[in-house]
Amino acid sequence: MALSTIWVVLEPSSGSYTTTSLELLTHARSMATTVSGVTWGDGASLAAQAGEFGATTLYDVGDLAGGLPGAPVASAIAALMAGDRPEAILIPTSYDGRDIAGRLSARLDRPVLTNVTGLSELNGLVTEHPIFGGTQTLKARFTGEGPGIVVVRAKSFVAESAGAAPATLVSAPAGELGATGEAKISATHVEERVGPKLEEAAVVVSGGRGLGEAANYALIEQIATLLHGAPGASRAIVDAGWVPYSHQVGQTGKTVKPTVYIACGISGATQHMVGMKGAKNIVAINKDPDAPIFQIADFGIVGDALKVLPALLEALKARA
Amino acid sequence: MNIVVCVKQIPDPAAPQSLDGSYNLNRSGKLILDEADTYGVEMALQLVDKAGSGEVTVVSMGSANDVAGLRNALAMGAAKAVIVSDDALRGTDALGTAKVLAAVIKRDAPDLILCATESSDGYTGTMPVQLAELLGLPSITFAKSIAVEGTTVKVERQTESGYDEVTTPLPALVTVTAGVVEPRYASFKGIMAAKSKPLETLTVTDLNLASETGPDGARQEIIDVVAADSRVAGEKHVDDGDGAQRIVTYLESIKVL
Ligand SMILES: Cc1cc2nc3c(=O)[nH]c(=O)nc-3n(C[C@H](O)[C@H](O)[C@H](O)COP(=O)(O)OP(=O)(O)OC[C@H]3O[C@@H](n4cnc5c(N)ncnc54)[C@H](O)[C@@H]3O)c2cc1C
Ligand SMILES: Nc1ncnc2c1ncn2[C@@H]1O[C@H](COP(=O)(O)O)[C@@H](O)[C@H]1O
Repeated sequence: MALSTIWVVLEPSSGSYTTTSLELLTHARSMATTVSGVTWGDGASLAAQAGEFGATTLYDVGDLAGGLPGAPVASAIAALMAGDRPEAILIPTSYDGRDIAGRLSARLDRPVLTNVTGLSELNGLVTEHPIFGGTQTLKARFTGEGPGIVVVRAKSFVAESAGAAPATLVSAPAGELGATGEAKISATHVEERVGPKLEEAAVVVSGGRGLGEAANYALIEQIATLLHGAPGASRAIVDAGWVPYSHQVGQTGKTVKPTVYIACGISGATQHMVGMKGAKNIVAINKDPDAPIFQIADFGIVGDALKVLPALLEALKARA
Repeated sequence: MNIVVCVKQIPDPAAPQSLDGSYNLNRSGKLILDEADTYGVEMALQLVDKAGSGEVTVVSMGSANDVAGLRNALAMGAAKAVIVSDDALRGTDALGTAKVLAAVIKRDAPDLILCATESSDGYTGTMPVQLAELLGLPSITFAKSIAVEGTTVKVERQTESGYDEVTTPLPALVTVTAGVVEPRYASFKGIMAAKSKPLETLTVTDLNLASETGPDGARQEIIDVVAADSRVAGEKHVDDGDGAQRIVTYLESIKVL
């Protein structure tokens, strides 16, 4: 354990920290003597959770008054640097996480390493990045003076409670932001979603362009429901507007690691596979016997998804 | 209303990719306009059109050996292009790129800057926000729609659970997703017109940024590239009407059913 201090950006989401935030805290405590969290919103209400997963101090930027987190959180972190200098700042890959990383990088004049799926300690921090669809792993490290900024993908580590006491709350105001703080949220729209969250479901049933048309996605949703799982999608059908972006699995979408991933009418592009190849079991239905998805599927059916899926739905209904 | 769109020229993502001796992505061949950036170009053209005045400038950093991608953006309707190209730029990271683009964009002081959410080859997704910070501008990432009303830009921004409506005064930087607009194809007339539109080439020396760019400016190093754990193909059956039943049996075998 050769690193002395790591800071982890802890992203609040409906009364808890996101799973990725807790995964990063868990891993940070295996690499550094001291782990602190940086958060915003209502830090006091989550100091117990931050502490439980390993943060001794929780820096709280406080209420953002409708502002997007990127500029204020980065500004607060930069201000804290005057007093304490971590060797690394770990940030979850998320909409706001990437904004914070970009802003912070420019403020500190330090580089960011993104799409990180592994972190180890060997004469400093070593980052791992999947490249070429996850067939190869690139290892990198920071050089020069100052902290490394690392943006880590979901599910890179497993979150485990340390059973520790609540973190000590320290107020960390954003300071003067000027024009950079002017973007404000005026309304929030939440899509209805039933069943488990995509990134947490034990079963994920995903559809792709091979479903032919948007209406056929209902088969995916019904089968997912009967298997107590979540429906997912390839980017092709998200871009086509069949399903919302929140369903997308892959490089630009969500990373899932379910017990079983069922890919229906999905070719298996490298950008899709990086998001799901960590599944314990992979089932694929595709009419093309040479579709790349079969190279990583444990169980493949070469056939028409529009024949196999209705039959599967009936078989599952019969058991329910 | 003047809009700058940052566009990247990249090797065709459908072609096999490889790393060169210093672990940089091999970019020696043909370059195309990153498809991710065509959405920004289209959105910019539509916003300028709606505003009734102004123009779209595309700005890029990278090899100028092949400028077909920039000509493509000009053929779509952009008024002019600027490319910063220099051998010294090889190995520049996202922050270095942001410094270079900031130096170019400062000259124009546009009302709005558009970038893609992430590029197809580098996909760090951080360059645009670094650029906004260097320029001291507000930013809204992951736009699925953009509307400009007077001096305010209103964006629907994707979130984990849906989307937020976010507004900011101009000037500002916005990153767009593929859902924001449907890009046009360049017309024959557009392609002909593009040939005579201004395309300016700058070097790092012109911008005084030599020490901030290239591998030294990047302050990160690649230690190694190793093969990842690979999955092996399992059983595969041709559906004879029994495909669904076979899946059920498989799900039972892994105790999901
Ligand atoms: C920068 C970048 C990021 C990207 N990020 C992502 C990402 O996060 N997630 C993602 O998914 N993609 C991503 N992509 C896109 C990716 O490259 C592919 O274009 C996309 O995954 C293809 O989706 P698809 O498999 O549904 O469609 P296609 O590739 O068109 O495949 C359709 C498949 O369906 C099969 N099929 C057709 N009809 C039937 C039938 N009746 N029954 C059964 N099978 C049938 C076909 O054989 C084919 O294999 C990204 C691309 C880029 C450049
Ligand atoms: N070299 C570059 N030249 C112009 N624009 C760029 C460059 N690099 C990144 N961008 C812009 O920033 C976006 C995100 O890039 P990246 O940070 O590489 O994912 C791209 O889609 C472009 O719009």
